[in-house]
Amino acid sequence: MVQINGEAVNAAGKTVGAYLKETGIDPQRVAVEYNNKILSKEAYDTTQMSDDDVVEIVNFVGGGC
Amino acid sequence: MEKDQLVIGGHAFDSRFILGSGKYSFELIDAAVKHAGAQIVTCAIRRTKPGEQNIMDYIPKEVTLLPNTSGSRTAEDAIRIAHMARELGCGDFVKLEVIPDTKYLLPDNAMTIEATKVLAKEGFIVMPYMFPDLNAAKALADAGAAAIMPLGAPIGSNQGLASKAFIQILIDEIDLPIIVDAGIGRPSQACEAMEMGADAIMANTALATAGDIPMMASAFKSAIEAGRKAYHAGLGRVLVRGGAPSDPTTGTLHG
Repeated sequence: MVQINGEAVNAAGKTVGAYLKETGIDPQRVAVEYNNKILSKEAYDTTQMSDDDVVEIVNFVGGGC
Repeated sequence: MEKDQLVIGGHAFDSRFILGSGKYSFELIDAAVKHAGAQIVTCAIRRTKPGEQNIMDYIPKEVTLLPNTSGSRTAEDAIRIAHMARELGCGDFVKLEVIPDTKYLLPDNAMTIEATKVLAKEGFIVMPYMFPDLNAAKALADAGAAAIMPLGAPIGSNQGLASKAFIQILIDEIDLPIIVDAGIGRPSQACEAMEMGADAIMANTALATAGDIPMMASAFKSAIEAGRKAYHAGLGRVLVRGGAPSDPTTGTLHG
């Protein structure tokens, strides 16, 4: 299982790009951290996820003080 | 008079009001930004939830986005979130927040200094949120901060300038823009901070919890401009005792 945003997901073998497409997430609107390193957008379609990988997918939300 | 601009990390802004975008509906962001005259809007970074509406559809294109590192409990967390922010592609600005304390949400100055050093070296325009302490502010300046953002009172409290005397020391001693962040609850408090010589004000909760958000944004804009003008004009003196007439003392009916 791959840890994506804190949840175990059955996504081993898929590329990051394919996972984003499948879940309806616009790759232009997110940043992806793959095993603690920022993954460049060009690498989304070539990075194949494996069991125990840790992936964070984030975007901007409202925030202030 | 020269154009009175706020300059942060080489970027010049006419507005001295930094607006938060939290705690209110996206539909109101545009109106709030316009009424506030804001050119800088803060936002946060969170895990993506598929299908959720995206704030980027609501932020006017002409504003500078200032991502914060809220949710960071350590310097490492903050650095990580700053990297994510930069990858999201809205420039190099980062409002650095390192807050291990969950009760009062007070920033940790030591870890904030540590993170500032790293991020400034990486080319970020670092705007650290801090507890107003002169020594920490000097260390942040040495670490490469582009502005200093001392708190007026705990985040979201609307308590105003509880730390007024210490913010004044930063204004007097630190050669960077001082932006009062957190705690400002009403326009009069924003005005007072500007009269003291603060370079800008950041507010969110004061608007988000107001009855009419765009109208309150406009009220803050007026207050900040009034305070800035008063600062430039130089405030009139205060008499500790007695009074002094404003009218001629001769020619009264008493001779």
